[in-house]
Amino acid sequence: MSGYVVRRLGQSLVLLLMVSMIGFAILHLAPGGPLSQFAAGGDMTQEDLDRIAKELGLDRPLPVQYVEWLWRMLQGDWGRSYRDQQPVLQIIGSHIGATLELMLTSTLVAMMIGAWVGILGAIRRYSIFDSLATIGAMVALSIPTFWFGLVVIYVFSVGLEWLPAGNRYTIGDESLLDRLHHLIGPCMVLALVSTAVWSRYMRSSMLDVINQDYIRTARSKGLPERRILLNHAVRNALLPMITITGLHLPALLSGALVTETVFTWPGMGRLFLDSISYRDYPVVMGILVFTSVMVLAGSLIADLLYSVADPRMGAPG
Amino acid sequence: MEDGTVLDVRNFSVNFGILPAVRDVSFTLRPGETLALVGESGSGKSVTSLGILKLTPPVPFCRIEGQALLRTRKGAVVDLVQASAEEMRGLRGREAAMIFQEPMTSLNPVHPVGAQVGEALRFHQGLSKRAALAQAAELLDLVGIPDARRRLGAFPHELSGGMRQRVMIALALACEPVLLIADEPTTALDVTIQAQILELLQRLQQKTRMAVLFITHNLGVVAEIADRVMVMYAGRVVEQAPVRRLFHAPLMPYTRGLLRSVPRPDFSGAEQPPLEAIPGSVPDPLAPPPGCSFSPRCGHFSPGLCDSVAPPLTHAEPGHLVRCARWADVAGAA
Repeated sequence: MSGYVVRRLGQSLVLLLMVSMIGFAILHLAPGGPLSQFAAGGDMTQEDLDRIAKELGLDRPLPVQYVEWLWRMLQGDWGRSYRDQQPVLQIIGSHIGATLELMLTSTLVAMMIGAWVGILGAIRRYSIFDSLATIGAMVALSIPTFWFGLVVIYVFSVGLEWLPAGNRYTIGDESLLDRLHHLIGPCMVLALVSTAVWSRYMRSSMLDVINQDYIRTARSKGLPERRILLNHAVRNALLPMITITGLHLPALLSGALVTETVFTWPGMGRLFLDSISYRDYPVVMGILVFTSVMVLAGSLIADLLYSVADPRMGAPG
Repeated sequence: MEDGTVLDVRNFSVNFGILPAVRDVSFTLRPGETLALVGESGSGKSVTSLGILKLTPPVPFCRIEGQALLRTRKGAVVDLVQASAEEMRGLRGREAAMIFQEPMTSLNPVHPVGAQVGEALRFHQGLSKRAALAQAAELLDLVGIPDARRRLGAFPHELSGGMRQRVMIALALACEPVLLIADEPTTALDVTIQAQILELLQRLQQKTRMAVLFITHNLGVVAEIADRVMVMYAGRVVEQAPVRRLFHAPLMPYTRGLLRSVPRPDFSGAEQPPLEAIPGSVPDPLAPPPGCSFSPRCGHFSPGLCDSVAPPLTHAEPGHLVRCARWADVAGAA
């Protein structure tokens, strides 16, 4: 078990290194650059710009810049924002809470609704409910997140005035109720795709399980149908969902990026987008590394959870 | 329903849509008796066994007809065909239990075997979790699992095929049913393990006096355990007789073909006649041949007789039924 974890961690480190390298390269290949912000103002001379570039170390060759960034990073120095000189880790720290709040609640909502829709769809296969759920999932998967976000704002905030159109809480009122009220809209938007994904996978997993011999055995024991479904079928059908949830994490993160932007949610997604438009290299790289670690850790945790949940797995080796 | 019978099946049919899987099967079973149901794959023997407990796959258009009267432990007679889903739930496991062919896949992989064996006890006898586990340990001990108490927490994948089938038997017999349906319980096992399982089943049957409906395609197994044998072909019973009579004086040409296609366990090497295969294959159930369904493969085929009218099941002797228009000639030819 521990050997497996060590090996997986080693692979993850190699992957992280590659992700950071590619990210760094793409970032610097993009037109513009941190100095274009100052140049656009028009009141800076070329000497001023050169001096700033030298101060920031942007005048050196790219590989040198990368190695220096990496070296500092490994020592725990993630750099400072070009915008306000705040340490990158501190900036990420002040935004991660909002993102986790949004991701966790929407994942919970998606699991609850998606699992039940999938289970009911499998039990009542080809029923009206199943057909509607199938069509609904297809529609949900096809709707672009940003567009659905705008529709939610237009209908529930502008039209019905039920929900706030953005932000995490009303300034001056940080009660739980107010926070939940603000969470409904973005959570709904972010959960839409995950719910559809969950319901489809759960349905097929459940269909697979209810035709298994051990379900017939459970029936031959004369157990109540509820117990057969919950204790024998769902318990087995949930196993692959652990892996699915781990694999779905990157999609969830990119969904959060769009959702946060639409709902002006003060999380990592919006921070990432803002930092890119400011060419705030240290913050962008910091977020890139941070989310990569989250995704890799998520899939590792999913694998470990699977081996705990399925007695047949024992210790993966 | 006759006194002293546990199960009385009358004109039992199972249809999947327009496909008749089992047609007009009738038989009775007494306490302590073993009836073997023999036939090739697709003959309808498994569907018959599943259909009696209404465990046929839950496909739409599956229709079960006829009667299957079961006398419960308390003496009440229930028609399983007419019983509601709720009534069936109360009867399965408690009065009538079943063992399946595949011990590998018939146990739930994510639950320990002790919990799976004890589960029926909790629901039928209202035992607590702890009491059910204690009972499960006794049952596992009864079916010959060494160190039973420690194995309660074992998962199915940690046990061998033979051990798993023992667990299945313990699970089926937990509530001491009056009827046990065993659907090819030894087919997936090694020969040495097969013998152990058969012996175990016989021992338990003597102890509990349960009636056993034993589905198999292995005639050696039939000779070993059956009191009576019923041969099925293309969804119909074609011959039924006490086991010795069926082996020594089979009347239906299909049964004779079956017996000639396997080594006879009752003949020693020198007397062993050469093996013969039955030519042709099982008819398409959607386009059965006219008349007798075995006629296209039959060595005693008589044009105009066998391909015109489907022969009825007739009493050749008391207790010996045969479905063949020419059984008297066949018997004479032997």
